[in-house]
Amino acid sequence: MAEIKIDCTGETCPVPLVETRKALRKAQPGDIVEVVGNHPASKKEIPMAVEALGLELLDVQEEAGVWRIRIRR
Amino acid sequence: MADKATIIVHSGDMDKIYSALIVANGALAMGMEVSLFFTFWGLQRLKKGGLEKGPLSKMHMLGLGKWMVKRKMKKVGVASLEKLLQDFNELGGKILACDMTMEIMGIRKEDLRDDLISDYCAVGTYVNEARESTITLFI
Repeated sequence: MAEIKIDCTGETCPVPLVETRKALRKAQPGDIVEVVGNHPASKKEIPMAVEALGLELLDVQEEAGVWRIRIRR
Repeated sequence: MADKATIIVHSGDMDKIYSALIVANGALAMGMEVSLFFTFWGLQRLKKGGLEKGPLSKMHMLGLGKWMVKRKMKKVGVASLEKLLQDFNELGGKILACDMTMEIMGIRKEDLRDDLISDYCAVGTYVNEARESTITLFI
């Protein structure tokens, strides 16, 4: 199973959300998508989208304003 | 009811086109279907080379206000309208063009970015889509 990483550091609304969705669409079921960014609202909103899409949120971490969200398709 | 958003894009102002595309892309990203109906001044933005040409809805000041806002947007890292439109297309969003506006304003299909437009239609199509949408907006 593949692990896909996307870096949205420095990007603002709605790019982190949209790039996450683009990566999830390209991923195969079971693949893991990891998104990194520093747009504060996206840290809350990407998990909302994951729930709405019925996917599995694996982990949300933040260090020095940079968050890292892991999702299983 | 389908989990769907339907937005009428009536304004061609730059800031309102941003609002429409940001809401649309957010809805697509969160798993909704989205249809954008471009009419009147909004449709001008779908002309070839027209996307970025809209004025600012307030404090345009002959272009000075728009220039200042665009400069600030660039600094903050806001995506371009072209990126937002390409993302909208990639995520499966649907663009509809109002055929009456085309007649009134003398816009031909070949003047528009036909590759992005799924249909040329009228109010009936809008109502049919809006009646099964949970979000409908007029921007």
